[in-house]
Amino acid sequence: MSTVTSVAQRPTPTVRRQELGSAVVRFAGDSGDGMQFTGSQFTQATALAHNDLATFPDFPAEIRAPAGTTFGVSSFQINFGADVIKTSGDAVDMLVAMNPAALKVELPALRNGGLIVVDKGSFNERSLRKAGFKSNPLGDSSLDAYRVLEFDISAMTLEAVKDFGLSQKEALRCKNMWTLGFVYWMYGRNRQTTVDWLNQKFARHPQLAKANIAALNAGHALGETAEIPHGLHGFTIGEAKIAPGEYRTVTGAEALSWGLVVGTKLAGLQLTFCSYPITPASALLHTLSNLMEYDVVTFQAEDEIAAACSAIGASYAGSLGVTSSSGPGIALKAEAIGLAISAELPLIVVNSQRAGPSTGMPTKTEQSDLHQAVFGRNADSPLAVLAARSPSDCFEVAIEAVRIATKYMTPVILLTDGYIGNAAEPWLIPDVDSIRFPRVQFRTDPAGFQPFLRDPKTLARPWAVPGTPGLEHRIGGLEKDYDTGHISYDPINHQRMTEARAEKIRRIADDLPPQTVEDGAEKGRLAIVGWGSTYGPINRAVSELRKKGQDASHIHLRHLWPLPKNLGELLAGFDKVLVPELNTGQLTTLIRSRYLIDAQGLHKVSGQPFKINEIEAAARECLEK
Amino acid sequence: MNVVSPITKLTPKDFATDQEVRWCPGCGDYAILKAMQRTLADIGARRENTVFVSGIGCAARFPYYMATYGFHTIHGRAPAFATGIKLANPGLDVWVVSGDGDALSIGGNHLMHVLRRNVNLQLLMFNNEIYGLTKGQYSPTSRAGTRSPSTPWGSIENPVCAVALALGAGARFVARSVDSLQKHLPEVLKRAHAHNGTSFVEIFQNCIVFNNDVFADFTAREIADDAEVFVEHGKPLIFGKNKNRGLRIKPGKLALETVTIGENGVTETDILVHDETNRALAGMLAGMERPTMPIALGVLYCDPTPSYEDGVKDHFEEAKKHGTGKDLNKLLRRGHTWTVAG
Repeated sequence: MSTVTSVAQRPTPTVRRQELGSAVVRFAGDSGDGMQFTGSQFTQATALAHNDLATFPDFPAEIRAPAGTTFGVSSFQINFGADVIKTSGDAVDMLVAMNPAALKVELPALRNGGLIVVDKGSFNERSLRKAGFKSNPLGDSSLDAYRVLEFDISAMTLEAVKDFGLSQKEALRCKNMWTLGFVYWMYGRNRQTTVDWLNQKFARHPQLAKANIAALNAGHALGETAEIPHGLHGFTIGEAKIAPGEYRTVTGAEALSWGLVVGTKLAGLQLTFCSYPITPASALLHTLSNLMEYDVVTFQAEDEIAAACSAIGASYAGSLGVTSSSGPGIALKAEAIGLAISAELPLIVVNSQRAGPSTGMPTKTEQSDLHQAVFGRNADSPLAVLAARSPSDCFEVAIEAVRIATKYMTPVILLTDGYIGNAAEPWLIPDVDSIRFPRVQFRTDPAGFQPFLRDPKTLARPWAVPGTPGLEHRIGGLEKDYDTGHISYDPINHQRMTEARAEKIRRIADDLPPQTVEDGAEKGRLAIVGWGSTYGPINRAVSELRKKGQDASHIHLRHLWPLPKNLGELLAGFDKVLVPELNTGQLTTLIRSRYLIDAQGLHKVSGQPFKINEIEAAARECLEK
Repeated sequence: MNVVSPITKLTPKDFATDQEVRWCPGCGDYAILKAMQRTLADIGARRENTVFVSGIGCAARFPYYMATYGFHTIHGRAPAFATGIKLANPGLDVWVVSGDGDALSIGGNHLMHVLRRNVNLQLLMFNNEIYGLTKGQYSPTSRAGTRSPSTPWGSIENPVCAVALALGAGARFVARSVDSLQKHLPEVLKRAHAHNGTSFVEIFQNCIVFNNDVFADFTAREIADDAEVFVEHGKPLIFGKNKNRGLRIKPGKLALETVTIGENGVTETDILVHDETNRALAGMLAGMERPTMPIALGVLYCDPTPSYEDGVKDHFEEAKKHGTGKDLNKLLRRGHTWTVAG
């Protein structure tokens, strides 16, 4: 059969398809079922169908949790449509459950009347018991509020791949492709990208490639030929109105990596990335490790502290040192970051935030390290803090971090989170040649050189790197004389240096564009202020409120320290300020103390992103008060 | 980078800064500083290409007194900073200066990893068997029973042997000297400098205030000849005031013993010849302790392999051969892209 290496060509029967504006699909199964691969393939095909989209991968910390358990369920949610999509979706329209545990865990997310696709073959007594079902939900009335499509996916997959000589175990691992094939049919997606991907992925095992493609085709064929229960049919979703240009899908980890590479290359520097593996930050290390041809050096250090210290060493020697971790690892780096503040060296510290405290929930998202970033060191130790709002935004924020770190000779903490890092979205690929970025100038002139003499405008000290004749000097964590840079314990000098370090960071605000309003008026009844990955839900909530005639505006911060110069004035133009955060009120506290206004918080710490309606409800409550 | 200034022979004084040296009068660190300045002059080092990196402690003040580049960092982490410096610019000549507390206690982890990675730098550990800067607490090299402000009844812990630990961590160059040995120490430092990879040098350093004469059981003038053996590659392991004592393998055992030439039929040919490429021998020399054995000084072990930077360089060259190189627009368009028509 020649069809197995490509999409099976069949005459397309005229099927009636229901037109939808958008849809939310969640794939769920065991952590070994390949749900993340399935989801990312569906994402790719959906992007190619010119839908806008946003995704939410949600998986357990265990790599292969015991099969069939509720805590081992891995899921991938995608919201896609003909309209602008800004979140991964509040309620799920279609749930694909590969086993009873997946059904058990994910059912609460499904809207009433939503569609469930289940692998009937996996609903045996043992797996039902493991998932905690007292009776088989496929046999009782517990799913009456939904529409259920039951297929024996296991059996149909085994049948589809029987000619390829696979073991039972290998054959069953093709189940996810069968399922993907069926969901492709449901939404009228093209299978070719997945076929190409399978051929590439299994280039050295052609039998596995053929089997997976056969399973994909079989799932798709079932949709075309099977007798689907009355009232159910495939869907079509129109193309979104998308600005013309070249697109790709991008995860936050990819965009952040590329932003760092582009920023340092434009600055004329080598990027030295020093990190220690930690969930969910490791994806950055993996991505950058493959970019050596772009003058990227990656170093897997022996621990978090060594990672920070080697990055600072690299900056000292004229590279841009970047270190990356998640909250617990950032805590370990704190002393080293303090040295970079004292020695006034550029450094970027990426924090892929996760739920805490301590080990917390490593694969679940949270925004609870804002205070750690702004204040989390001994003594008065100011630095710059930035936050990315979405996967693609990571690219620009990374370039901004390179700019601030090198221009102001300071550490910059870049906050992202597990959600942004792993989630994917379509991205209009920028033209690098159009990015304006100044090349870094090292100090080379020995005349009048003192290591801590400051630029009168930025207060940055010169970057004088070892290897430069005539500029030999000694720096460290001891207090330095303002003029000579020598060790100084002079009381007045310490006061002056402490103030100079703070003023240098404050002056970054002079160098930022004024804070703008994302949506809504610049004055009014309610400002909803957000930062980081809450961008999507806040933006959609404000848009919904405004459609319904409510006076609400959305302000979203990229620069968290220093705060934009006009922010206080901007917020003063609103009767009320609401700050939704995935923590217990860290930006709220910052805004209240900084501007002495009665900002109200909306706090969620469940490891899940905000839903649009949660923000909308809080905003209404605020407006009614 | 690394602009070479006109070659004029620098003297030891050219490596001294104008900063007042603030170690206690009589501290062994003064002697090491002097030996280092002489070493740099002798090897024709360039000030602009030389970097001293230190952690915290008395020894860590060293960079302030060297007229080169210097980075006084945080406690125990100097090897990690030095690694970053070498990643950014492998052409720099990096010396890490550390103490027994800095390198073996708070920084033990980094010491182990810099040694096994074999980053091309020199790592000097000034061992005075005490915490000096914090006023005299026992350190990881203090002998059991050391009385100190934190161990008024004497310390309970067994000390770590720095050179044995370095060998165990995979160091390819391990040497030992004493602060006051102003001829021997510069020679050891030169060997360390010439070695490609991490060179670990333990320097016994007298803390005159908190642990005075702790090494007198082998460094005291009147006994030193009989208590120290200076090892040299290819030469018999002979020591003693009369140059008539030596080390040999104890017959029938995998152990060293001291013998006297001319006694019990022992001749010079029975004496073990030092082979610095022999790790097992290095381990035995490192393990020799007073009072039964002499203390081994000199290059105990030197067996070079490619350094970490050599490996990074190879990967760079390989990546550049296969990669697209400079075009950043290509980087952003890796993998699958699609075009939306206007």
